[in-house]
Amino acid sequence: MGQQRITRAECAHVAALARLELTEEELDRFTGQLDELLDHVAEVEALDLEALPPTMHALPIANLLRPDTPGEVLDRDEVLAQAPFAEDGQFRVPPVLGEAP
Amino acid sequence: MTAVEIAAAVRSGQRSARSVVDEHLDVIAGGDADIHAFNLVAAAQARARADEIDGAVASGRDPGPLAGVPVALKDNLCTRGLATTCSSRILEGWAPPYDATVVEQLHNAGAVVVGKTNMDEFAMGSSTENSGFGPTCNPCDTSRVPGGSSGGSAAAVAAGFAPVALGSDTGGSIRQPAALCGVVGVKPTYGLVSRYGLVAFASSLDQIGPFTTTVADAAAVLDVISGPDARDSTSISEPQPPVSHTLADGVDGLRVGVLAELSGNGIAPDVAAQLQAAVRALESAGASVAEASAPAAVYGLSAYYLIAPAEASSNLARYDGVRYGLRVDGPSTPDMNTATRSAGFGDEVKRRIMIGTYALSAGYYDAYYGKAQKVRTLIINDFASVWEQFDLLVSPTSPTTAFPLGERTADPMAMYMSDVCTVPVNLTGQAAMSVPYGVGDDGLPVGVQIMAPALGEPVMFRAAAVLEASL
Amino acid sequence: MSDEAQTIPGLGAPADTEWETVVGLEVHAELATATKLFSASPNRFGGEPNTHIDPVSLGLPGSLPVLNEKAVELAIRVGLALNCRIQPSVFARKNYFYPDMPKDFQISQYDQPINVDGWLELPSGKRVGIERAHLEEDTGKTVHIGGGGRIHEAGYSLVDYNRAGVPLIEIVGHPELRSAEEARQYVSELRSILVAVGASDGKMEEGSLRVDCNVSVRPVGSDRLGTRCEIKNVNSLRSLGRAVEYEARRQIDQLTSGQAIEQQTRHWNEDDGRTHALRSKEEDYDYRYFPEPDLLPLNPSTEWVEQIRQALPALPRDRRLRLTAAAPSVDIDHIALAVERSMDELALAAISGGGAAERVMTHIVQNLADGSGQLTSEALAELVGMEQAGELTATQAKKVLAVLVEGGGSPQDAAQTLGFEAMDTGELESLVDSLIAEHAEEWSRFCDGDGKLTGFFVGQVMKATQGRADGKAVTQLLNSRRG
Repeated sequence: MGQQRITRAECAHVAALARLELTEEELDRFTGQLDELLDHVAEVEALDLEALPPTMHALPIANLLRPDTPGEVLDRDEVLAQAPFAEDGQFRVPPVLGEAP
Repeated sequence: MTAVEIAAAVRSGQRSARSVVDEHLDVIAGGDADIHAFNLVAAAQARARADEIDGAVASGRDPGPLAGVPVALKDNLCTRGLATTCSSRILEGWAPPYDATVVEQLHNAGAVVVGKTNMDEFAMGSSTENSGFGPTCNPCDTSRVPGGSSGGSAAAVAAGFAPVALGSDTGGSIRQPAALCGVVGVKPTYGLVSRYGLVAFASSLDQIGPFTTTVADAAAVLDVISGPDARDSTSISEPQPPVSHTLADGVDGLRVGVLAELSGNGIAPDVAAQLQAAVRALESAGASVAEASAPAAVYGLSAYYLIAPAEASSNLARYDGVRYGLRVDGPSTPDMNTATRSAGFGDEVKRRIMIGTYALSAGYYDAYYGKAQKVRTLIINDFASVWEQFDLLVSPTSPTTAFPLGERTADPMAMYMSDVCTVPVNLTGQAAMSVPYGVGDDGLPVGVQIMAPALGEPVMFRAAAVLEASL
Repeated sequence: MSDEAQTIPGLGAPADTEWETVVGLEVHAELATATKLFSASPNRFGGEPNTHIDPVSLGLPGSLPVLNEKAVELAIRVGLALNCRIQPSVFARKNYFYPDMPKDFQISQYDQPINVDGWLELPSGKRVGIERAHLEEDTGKTVHIGGGGRIHEAGYSLVDYNRAGVPLIEIVGHPELRSAEEARQYVSELRSILVAVGASDGKMEEGSLRVDCNVSVRPVGSDRLGTRCEIKNVNSLRSLGRAVEYEARRQIDQLTSGQAIEQQTRHWNEDDGRTHALRSKEEDYDYRYFPEPDLLPLNPSTEWVEQIRQALPALPRDRRLRLTAAAPSVDIDHIALAVERSMDELALAAISGGGAAERVMTHIVQNLADGSGQLTSEALAELVGMEQAGELTATQAKKVLAVLVEGGGSPQDAAQTLGFEAMDTGELESLVDSLIAEHAEEWSRFCDGDGKLTGFFVGQVMKATQGRADGKAVTQLLNSRRG
């Protein structure tokens, strides 16, 4: 393996962005595994891709538009029965700490 | 009995759907303890549905082309009121308030859902060992993996628990387990089958498809589940001709290419030998065979292991403990989110979320995700040139036969390599399927992959039928 | 560090520096569709919590978005009305965790928005550049329970997803506004446009129109932008003006006292009339935008765009221009007010029906603040005619107008019912003569040139006639008697 492609600190940062908490052992292990994968995918660095457009969808399908006609709504009780914690017809969560970014 | 035979017998009143379903439920009850193909067996619901179908037949109504056919569904297909877990602790006990489009289509065709099958958590894996509920064993040899991620579905069909199962294929998750379990598995052209109600792994790659024991059964099921869906923006809006009608048309005059990049390096000799046998069978049926080359296909795995995790990292953000599934509490919502996700996801899911988050993050997007999308273009271009010379391509489905349980769990890269033959076609959106073709040195099944251009299913199935008949 | 500090415009400026306020606005408007942007549950304000939901707007596993055609049409209408270029666009995912965001990502348009490079003209004629106007989905609502409902002190929160997935258009203007008043005018004009094209109901108080303002200051003459702060929670035109005033003042004070401005998001508090820091820009989230794989690029056909363009109603600016042409001597503010009140058609018809433009506009601006009710353009034109013929005084005309607004009909009938018979000239002459005789001393002072006494005599006449007399006619008569 060549130079390290992702550091332990970067790995910890990525985990935090994804709202994952890793133990020290997991962090060590994942850093190594991610680094190995990034090292493998680095094979594409040799390719000349400058002139190529990125592909988002493999097939040229036209966008589908939906008429603005109201359809069925979900039954609130059925939905809230699946919720970990519901109150007053709403989903209850611990304090959110701040406004949305 | 095959699905086609069951449907014919039930529609004609020769057999009751109830007896068919009872028989299969008995096989499941007798055998699934050793295999663990199912996360959930919906016995009561299946019997009630079978009785409905028998009632329809008795009153002179046709229940449809899959009348009375037991079907097992991968546990990432939403079934109203029936737990849908993706084999993840984070979704344990979640019962969707709606049915996936394919589930509706199967229902309308008279099929009977018998249960939900085990899988790698959120379809991330190639062995079904990444399940939150324990691995599935290969019915051909229970010390081996069934492949993955749709290992439960492949095993269910191989073990005779159901003649039909549905799976999903993002990088080979139908074809590879089909090959390892010795059954037919189809990844249709992207957009042919609606993804509505398929819990997303990587949206631009996911496709639903059937597992069956025969090519004709696969065609019959594909004809039921394909077609435009107004609830999926990526569904192809024009209806396609059925594949069942042209199955017997043979391969005479077709140009078949053996795709060099997927058939040489890293392929086990016994697997390569079976591919050669298959090629000879196609040749003797009148196809012209030559070597084909799509050089960029070798970069498929690299592009795939950036694109799929990137999309997954976003698709799986919603499992946050707020609306459904697991919650592990915390003093604040961010803490609760983190505690829930850390406890609910397994290692492989965490790894891929992290890869994907990294590939999309500020400063790395162009180097990783952006570049992978360009590699994808390169692969598509290479295949486009190949299709100017060939009607079909063949390769092994998997470099090896089924490997022992536990062999690759500690080494993610080795596991990722299992997908090397199957991944390119997901990136290009083309059709592909795996057809069982003999066994390897270990006596375990070998699958041959047939690839066709987009919407090339009719031609692909003709070749599959020829291979099946040549055995 | 000190080198960098010196490049901040206005930092440590002398007390007599003249300052310029620079404002750029981002306006979110909820589009007036029947259903959500990507699914068929209703787009309706209010309702019992979590009753306007479906698998897509709740972000349930397996659900997929399908774009609402009407929302696209409304977005194109807005784009055309704002003189934007309509271009092929791509939806992207903006990834961040927040409980009112059901998928923990928002589907929005990022680097390829549907509308770009437009402009909006203020009533003053100033053009403000529009960078983009793109489509995106709204979030749900989070209510904080305990701690007086304050976000940082709440014991827990409740989430309602009725609003999640409601279509929004986000209109991003260039920082070309130079005062609180201009900012106010811009939003007012934008709102009129949105309402005129049927894209939005424009109700700021219900949150269907939301304004974030970026405010910075710089010394007059500087050509560089100062560090800006983004102000959120501005919920009315009035608070927009106040918030910009306050924020500009705060930044000027900061700079003149030698402190740099920190780029941050601030929250406008209506009660204390101040902005408060929410978070600084360094804490900015990494949104990891990438193209939404569940949606395909949106490429509206030229024919469709043309069709929408043809069907666009007259826009406020065009309506102002038309009214100005019909009433060239009338102040632009009054023209704008008439358009804002949607009385430009009434005014135009009354003017073309023979009503004097200035009087017509005076009535609209001064006397019809509560709407024109049953008043027809014919009646308005006729009323103005009666005033000019001296048949009604200004005061009487106002009363007649109120009757016409209330119940319609003709001004002749209304004047009669109110007893506003015009005085004949003879009657007025004899009244004036008797008053001159009665107030000989005042009369002689008037004849000596004391102008103030005009008012005295007019007042006497009005008192005697209970306002029936025409003040102008009385003045004329007095002057002619003086000889």
